[in-house]
Amino acid sequence: MNLLMNIRNLVLAAGATLGMIVASVPAQAEINVNISQGFVQPLPVAVSDFQGGQPEDQLIGRDIAGVISANLERTGLFRPIDSKAFIQDANSLRVGVRFGDWRLINAQALVTGTTQVLGDGKVQVEFRLWDVYAENMMTGYRYTTTRTNWRKVAHQISDAIYTRLTGESGYFTTRIVYVSETGPQNRRQRRLAIMDQDGFNHIFLTSGRFDVFTPRFSPTSQEVTYLSFEGNVPKVMLLDIQSGREEVLGNFKGMSFAPRFAPDGNSVIMSLADKGNTEIYTMDLRTRKFTRLTNHPAIDTSPSYSPDGRKVVFNSDRGGSQQLYVMDANGGNVNRISFNKGRYATPVWSPRGDLIAFTRISGGKFFIGVMKADGSGERMLAEGYHLEGPTWSPNGRVISYFKQGKSDSRGQVKSKLYTIDLSGYNEREVVTVLDGVDPAWSPLLQ
Amino acid sequence: MRFKLLTMFAAALFLSACASKSDENAGGSNDGTAASTDQSSSVSSSTIQGPQPGTLEHLLVNVGDRVFFGYDQSDLSADSQKTTEALAVWLNSYPAVTLTLEGHADERGTREYNLALGERRANSVRDYLVALGVNPSRLQVVSFGKERPAVLGSTEEAWAQNRRAVFAVN
Repeated sequence: MNLLMNIRNLVLAAGATLGMIVASVPAQAEINVNISQGFVQPLPVAVSDFQGGQPEDQLIGRDIAGVISANLERTGLFRPIDSKAFIQDANSLRVGVRFGDWRLINAQALVTGTTQVLGDGKVQVEFRLWDVYAENMMTGYRYTTTRTNWRKVAHQISDAIYTRLTGESGYFTTRIVYVSETGPQNRRQRRLAIMDQDGFNHIFLTSGRFDVFTPRFSPTSQEVTYLSFEGNVPKVMLLDIQSGREEVLGNFKGMSFAPRFAPDGNSVIMSLADKGNTEIYTMDLRTRKFTRLTNHPAIDTSPSYSPDGRKVVFNSDRGGSQQLYVMDANGGNVNRISFNKGRYATPVWSPRGDLIAFTRISGGKFFIGVMKADGSGERMLAEGYHLEGPTWSPNGRVISYFKQGKSDSRGQVKSKLYTIDLSGYNEREVVTVLDGVDPAWSPLLQ
Repeated sequence: MRFKLLTMFAAALFLSACASKSDENAGGSNDGTAASTDQSSSVSSSTIQGPQPGTLEHLLVNVGDRVFFGYDQSDLSADSQKTTEALAVWLNSYPAVTLTLEGHADERGTREYNLALGERRANSVRDYLVALGVNPSRLQVVSFGKERPAVLGSTEEAWAQNRRAVFAVN
């Protein structure tokens, strides 16, 4: 809980003292990374260790540079240059950037910075992003925060760099909640866990005494809704990850599952199953009132709102097999949007509103794909024996999901979290302590 | 796994019943002073002929404790109907027994849909039992989707065994 408190402090501290070093950025930047095309040649960047007067400052400075470098590298859009190749040493950067030295090693962009541990347990961090060829500063910020929050500052700097170079908001100051798994299939222990998007600051949220699945972040608060098998009855739960307080949301005589927050955070949409019929309902978190949206003898589940809250995409077998449908938020005007071969499942609306990510099952394989909200422009991004449960980075650029392998006759099985760029390139494993399934990406933390 | 264990358990009970029967026969060949012992052991032998009626073990031996489904199907096959009919007869013989019908799916589907599918499978059994005259208040339904496989491994045989509804005696 300390960490969570610290992050909250940082939010306050950073909000209060964040100052932009440059009032305005050049109207015409010479370098920028076009991320709307498919495969891009990664842009060579140099991230210099952040400098400080004291050894302590230097240590934090090196760690911050390391986190920034790793974040940029993982996007697949940037290629950090090995610091052994640097000609200008970090210390002399405080005097001034010798752009020629950086051009010699083919750096297009350069990140420099300073760190200073202040007397009151706080640290001040500054960074500057330079265009090596135009020989100008592209952006720069100063942050003051408690020392233990240096990692979050490094993520915020990464976001600022990403935004300046790509023109899109970043996704580094985010967390992923997921289900950590271990053990054979028939005795698999499952615990909710949360971590930074880069896998650090890992915390377990549940004990593992009962199965948990499909956690999803609130867009507006530090809350997660998830499915619990506690007492052998599947129920939708609401958990406050700061206080640890939790309650049953889907308290209903049948079972409740497949929860997801509405974009305003005021309601949770979910499925309730009773007498062999699964329907979609919303629950108003203030009045606790259920409203039924679907009314069909078929299975209607895995609902996800459009970011404007006006539509809901879900999967249903009303047409004979599991397919994707879009309806108005009041349940009217239902239209099927998936028409290719196979079954379609777990649709999730992009935070940008233009695309829907989904799981597809066809020809004995599982796929993660995207299509436009009207069902056109379908593309598969990843495939394998079993892939499931896409979730979007808050900028709508990266998709995370899990992959599960075949299990052997003793029930030994591997499941791992992955991310992939919307282009279908740059698939990366998100390294977790144990196995992992059901990732859900948080909104950008302020 | 559980099926196997229970089968073995039932078999063990059956065997121990046989064993005590032969013990009793051996006792019967003793001299006259054992006559009263003979009588008491013949009474006790009739109570351990098999599993105690109305228990899960008894259900296993007489009906079975599950039915199976096709891929993405929840209709009862002819075999499953027969099993369910036998279950209804059994339930009528033991009116105090209540059941939880657990629906399950194989691993070749998505988590949320499979929960719904498992619920539909369990309810196929429930609906048929009710149609056969079983009081619905004796029947509870739950789904575990693909999360509790009975047979391990990623094979067609395992999947076929895992697409099931299980009758759990409460």
